[in-house]
Amino acid sequence: MTALCRPTVLMTILLLIAPVLAFTVAADLLEVRLLERITTLMCINLVLVLGLQVFMGNSGILSFAHIGFMGIGAYASAVLTMPVQMKGMALPELYDVLSTVAVSPYLGMLTGGLVAAAVAAVLSYPLMRLSDAAAVITSFALLMVLHTVMVHWSAVTNGPRTLFGVPRATELYLAAGAACLMVVVALLFKESRTGLLLRAVRDDEVAAASLGANVSTLRWRGFVLSAFMAGLGGALWGHFITSFSPSAFYLKETFVILGMLVIGGPMTVSGAVVGTLAVTAAFEGLRMAENAVNIAQVLPTRIVGLTEIVLAVAMIAVLAVRPGGLVRLHEVGEWVRFRRGSRRPSGAPPDSM
Amino acid sequence: MEYVQFTLDALTLGSLYALMALGLVIVYGILRLVNFAYGELIMVAGYTLYLLGGSPLPWLVMAAVAILMAMLAGIATEYVAFRPVRERSVTAVLITSFAFSTLLQNAALLFISPRSRQVPMPDLFTEAVQIGELIVPIRNLLTIVCAVSLLGLFALLLRKTALGLALRAASSQFRMARMLGIPADMVISTAFAISGLLAGVVSLFWLGRIGSVVPGIGLEPLLVAFIATVIGGMRSLQGAVIGGYLLALIDTAFNYLLPQDLLAFRDAFTFSIVIFILLWRPQGLVPGPATGQRT
Repeated sequence: MTALCRPTVLMTILLLIAPVLAFTVAADLLEVRLLERITTLMCINLVLVLGLQVFMGNSGILSFAHIGFMGIGAYASAVLTMPVQMKGMALPELYDVLSTVAVSPYLGMLTGGLVAAAVAAVLSYPLMRLSDAAAVITSFALLMVLHTVMVHWSAVTNGPRTLFGVPRATELYLAAGAACLMVVVALLFKESRTGLLLRAVRDDEVAAASLGANVSTLRWRGFVLSAFMAGLGGALWGHFITSFSPSAFYLKETFVILGMLVIGGPMTVSGAVVGTLAVTAAFEGLRMAENAVNIAQVLPTRIVGLTEIVLAVAMIAVLAVRPGGLVRLHEVGEWVRFRRGSRRPSGAPPDSM
Repeated sequence: MEYVQFTLDALTLGSLYALMALGLVIVYGILRLVNFAYGELIMVAGYTLYLLGGSPLPWLVMAAVAILMAMLAGIATEYVAFRPVRERSVTAVLITSFAFSTLLQNAALLFISPRSRQVPMPDLFTEAVQIGELIVPIRNLLTIVCAVSLLGLFALLLRKTALGLALRAASSQFRMARMLGIPADMVISTAFAISGLLAGVVSLFWLGRIGSVVPGIGLEPLLVAFIATVIGGMRSLQGAVIGGYLLALIDTAFNYLLPQDLLAFRDAFTFSIVIFILLWRPQGLVPGPATGQRT
């Protein structure tokens, strides 16, 4: 918490929250439904990207399982908050204990995050010993396991079919508030003792371990927090979309969230925010173009998948040209101080991403 | 009789899995690159077959063109997703190959169709022969014969030719191999081309089982190859083959043994096995050469 007293951290928080809030207020005042929708989704994505940043940015390990935890959060919150009558229709096989409860969506969202964190805490501890490719493949395997369970656990998830009737609770300001809060959480984690040690492990695993850093415990803490944020993001998303199926929490979503983080810069919280804003803007622009072409029927066939192609090209280009992403090492708050002429704090080695 | 059936099933599946795993591990072994776009090579071969479907060419020519296209796609992967970031971290390479895989998939969505497309298959693939009391599809026998001879050829290539020597040298000590005059880019491109060749062959038999091609077709072979290589050892070619056959054995056994309502969770069981094996032996069952530099 002491990190909050540092001017650079405060400045970063301020500079990152400002555009998010500006978009939110603008979307609210303009009263265009589409804009409101886009901004809400952007804030939810921001929560998810920040969640991924907490683990991936600080530990340097790519995690594919993140979106699986998003799914856990979404389903946990949905099952807890759906009205009892609705459950009879949407989830007839649900266990008796669960089929009679219906809590408030806000409590449900929090529980969604906590359930995801709990699952992550149990599953991930042994996995945190692994580094490099082995770690990535196990996280990929974990996503597959979570997805398979979601697809087949009909009692809770309605199987591969769409689960409908989730109460709508995510408003624009709630999503924006959650996003801003998560900016603060991600920054505090980064500046905390655990975050600092975790970054040391990222930069040199052997050296950090030899100085007494407990590699797996550190990574585990980051992973659990990351899963909590993913679960919360998933719950927010679920209460916004109100009907979804397990296929929403799979490789396509993984790709979008990962793309936002990679383009923005995984090592900084600012990168997560910048990446989310930039990719959302580009995505929505492209999608509008795609729709316009489809509606005008200029081409013989419908255009699908163009946005993904552009995002893929952008990711490859960013990694080839500017491997650390748009915001590489220094949070935006540090830039301001730098311009004032004070000394730049020494950062991580330039090319560990 | 049931045992013979079981063995044949496991062998057929195992031959396919072994080829898939080998195609993935040939790249990983040399470069420590997990090629997420590997499944899309199979997709490319499949769509080539579909596009050639209306032409009067004999099927074998179509198959050859499909395999060639898979090899070209493999080399393209190297140029687009790998070469620009080769000197960077493992994570960067993983992300670019994941991005390239999405790129290819969505290109298929955009330019061909999101719906599944029939691919032409020779009549031979649907016929069956009777051996004793068993009725065995000829396709299965072809799969086994083809896979075993390819594996044999591949072993010969690695052991007896200069190219094989270069590949093996590069996979054990990349930097040293380079200093001794082995052209790095050539070796890497060759590895990707071989990977594409194997993917192309796999694609023929895989499509023979399914009959049609969709943009997402590459995912399952990719997963199979992942699991097989992880079980067998990410850095060893023999390990990948062993892993492929072992995985097929496990899968077939699950099919025979698991009760119906648990069968749906088969993939979850298999992936849990992967996680446990990686925890128990992070190197896999057959450890390979020690280093993994790629610059």
